[in-house]
Amino acid sequence: MTTSKRKIKLETVNLRKSFGSKVVLDGLNLKVRDNESLVILGGSGSGKSVLIKTIVSLIAADSGSVLLDGDNVTNLSSKAKANLMSRFGFLFQGGALFDSLPVWNNIAFYLIHNKYISDSEAKKIAEEKLAIVGLGKEVLDLFPSELSGGMQKRVALARAIANDPEVIFFDEPTTGLDPIMKHVIADLICKFRKEFGATTITITHDMDTVSKIASKVAMIHKGKIVWTGGTKEMYKSNNKIFDQFINGRIEGPIKIEGISEK
Amino acid sequence: MEFIEKTGEYSIVFLSNVGKVIIFCLGGVHSIFTRPFYFRQVLDNLIRIGFFSVPVVGMTAIFTGAVLVLQTYTGFSRFAGESTIPTVVVLSITRELGPVLAGLMVAGRVGSSIAAEIATMKVSEQIDALKTLSVNPIRYLVAPRILACTLVMPILVMIADIIGILGGYLVATEKLDFNKALYLSNTITYLEAEDVISGLIKAGIFGFIIAVSGCYSGFNANKGAESVGTATINAVVMSSVLILFSNYITTQIFFTT
Repeated sequence: MTTSKRKIKLETVNLRKSFGSKVVLDGLNLKVRDNESLVILGGSGSGKSVLIKTIVSLIAADSGSVLLDGDNVTNLSSKAKANLMSRFGFLFQGGALFDSLPVWNNIAFYLIHNKYISDSEAKKIAEEKLAIVGLGKEVLDLFPSELSGGMQKRVALARAIANDPEVIFFDEPTTGLDPIMKHVIADLICKFRKEFGATTITITHDMDTVSKIASKVAMIHKGKIVWTGGTKEMYKSNNKIFDQFINGRIEGPIKIEGISEK
Repeated sequence: MEFIEKTGEYSIVFLSNVGKVIIFCLGGVHSIFTRPFYFRQVLDNLIRIGFFSVPVVGMTAIFTGAVLVLQTYTGFSRFAGESTIPTVVVLSITRELGPVLAGLMVAGRVGSSIAAEIATMKVSEQIDALKTLSVNPIRYLVAPRILACTLVMPILVMIADIIGILGGYLVATEKLDFNKALYLSNTITYLEAEDVISGLIKAGIFGFIIAVSGCYSGFNANKGAESVGTATINAVVMSSVLILFSNYITTQIFFTT
């Protein structure tokens, strides 16, 4: 089945969000199809994180709506929001592991507190999820502070997939990792999509990661999506903003504060 | 003109903050009485807040009792009123000093730690992570702390009362040569249940204030390490001021009835 025939999994319609006088999302429209891997590109502070946090309703949008499988999931009650969250997985930029809890408790946190599984079951499931991200059971009883950065990211990944989510969000999954670990994480993101049928939405700056995982790329600039396309079309986009960004040029339509053009 | 503008501006900010705190309180209290409950969290906090505060509260109490005897003796011996010292000490401690000083010490020890912990969780996105794992952070973090703190403060104050009276007794009998039996009987004779109970009620209120201030300040941390520090300061200042303020209000209520 080609990508264009798949049904639309997630859609944002005219999403707006401002913080004070600063407009971050300015009527943003985005469509993600089922089992697609969308990568969102954009400069620092362009609102990428705000966008995915608004989609999962961690941040309330000022106006506009988010549709999941065609159902409007904006402004839900807190109970409905909790149910919605169970269909999402979210990898935070810094991992955001609970540092007062051991690794197994972190990974099975959703199941412990929503499905009320026992500690021994939780450990078993945590072990399975750890195996998926390539870690052994010797880390189960460690605390997050005892893990390296790459291991923390992988444990956070294991936690994000513990509830078998339909859509997984990755907020800069490879930032701050060494080149090998970047590939490991990128491979895992591909694996989640291919083997578990999840739809993935990734924010990254790293062009290697983009070409490795993306089936579709979207560029956000000044609160709007300015370009979308497949990875093959990336270098012949004819879009000045997108071109400047992926080639890392200082001159162009994207103005960098404090840098004047020649 | 500018002065009036500024006054108005600050008043609006102040009132909106008061409103936010009240809404936060209501949310926390509501979560205590509705499912799901996080018993393990409550238990953890009972031990962390209650058990580990005993030394600090005990130290405060014993020295307060001791000093109280010395100071009242200075005054009361001038008009041969030494025999009333045990009564003055026990009433001051149970009605006032026990709850207020224990409250302020716990505000410093527990309020600050609650604020720092929750602020760190906020800054490192752990609060958001809770939400993405379908767990309500108010239920999971705030409700257990409010419940634990409110339950444990009266117990701490009870301990403070006993140790404080003991401190006074030791100084009076060992240093000032009071008769031991007479001191004890004078301590108990004029003590009424209401004196102790009013102190314990205050303690419960202070415990509630400490937990709410700590949680509220932590939840409102912005970004970065500095905001964790600010949250801690806010928690201690807010809880101390509210403790002293509510202390007056509750004393006034018990005083008139």
